Amino acid sequence: MHIPDGFINAPVSVAAGAATLTGIAVAVRKAANELEDRAAPLAGLVAAYVFALQMLNFPVAAGTSGHLLGGVLAAVLVGPWTGAVCVALVLLIQALVFADGGLSALGLNVLNMSFVGGIGGYAVFAALRAVLPRTRPSVVLASGIAAGISVVLASIAFWAEYSIGGTTGVDLSTVFAAMVGVHALIGVGEGLLTALTVAAVLAARSDLVYGARDLRPTPTVLPPSTVATGGR
Amino acid sequence: MARTTSRTTIGLFIAGGLLVSLGLAFFVGPLASSSPDGLEKVSIDQGFDGSARDHALGDSTFAEYGVEGVDDEGLATGLAGIVGVVLTFGVGALLFATIRTIRGRRANASGAAAPPA
Repeated sequence: MHIPDGFINAPVSVAAGAATLTGIAVAVRKAANELEDRAAPLAGLVAAYVFALQMLNFPVAAGTSGHLLGGVLAAVLVGPWTGAVCVALVLLIQALVFADGGLSALGLNVLNMSFVGGIGGYAVFAALRAVLPRTRPSVVLASGIAAGISVVLASIAFWAEYSIGGTTGVDLSTVFAAMVGVHALIGVGEGLLTALTVAAVLAARSDLVYGARDLRPTPTVLPPSTVATGGR
Repeated sequence: MARTTSRTTIGLFIAGGLLVSLGLAFFVGPLASSSPDGLEKVSIDQGFDGSARDHALGDSTFAEYGVEGVDDEGLATGLAGIVGVVLTFGVGALLFATIRTIRGRRANASGAAAPPA
């Protein structure tokens, strides 16, 4: 899913870079509201975990592999905007330190994976949560399905970018079918890995899952003078 | 002190999460499929893979998840993975702590209830 230099022409890459920079500025502001006091190292951990999982290409079809993108996973764990910044950080480090993902395509890659996949996928998660029962298994199920869909969304975003800025003339409808087809398969892996991770964190520390914060027991609101000693 | 206990547990949670991430990168990373990924495969099948240019930093120390000078490919991948996990965690924790601190200052300045630093 990492676009190399050269696939997409300069004008579209630059436009995507500008859109992404604006998006990151918005995401950082909104992340400040999502981040709870203790959550800074937690968000760092989520980014590090996404980095590790992105290394683990699994086979999806003959001669093809895929790996977790992590946008929905990060969004469900630490919040959509914080998650988008996490994935952008991973993509930045991959492009600068590991020569993975073109430097001129960094804006495109962040646009596709942080925003279309991450924020778009989180919107799918939120919609699913709204119709599913308010239980932990619903959170796991919704995160898995949304994660799978997010990979297809990101692949369609690439297709759209290629349609306007592709440097080689190819049949666009064939590219669309091929992109969606292979990424639907990769999406199955994305969904499973996301659901597994969310289930594991829910089991260990359910209070640390942003996408399940409505399921936390309602804390008793105590007057300030009693907070120091107050329990539940 | 309930708060202290809760902090310790979060510390343990983060330590555990880091260990899992490091373990996956070091031990499973070298076993990852080296087949082209979805986009690469589509570009090959549809005939636009030729437009890809070499990465500008393709000769850097950890390019392509290897380590310059380490010939054992599996070991190099695992070590590059450890570098990546540690770097991402470090930069991420620092970045988010900074974002949170700036928010705290803004809240102070505007007179709103500031979260404890």
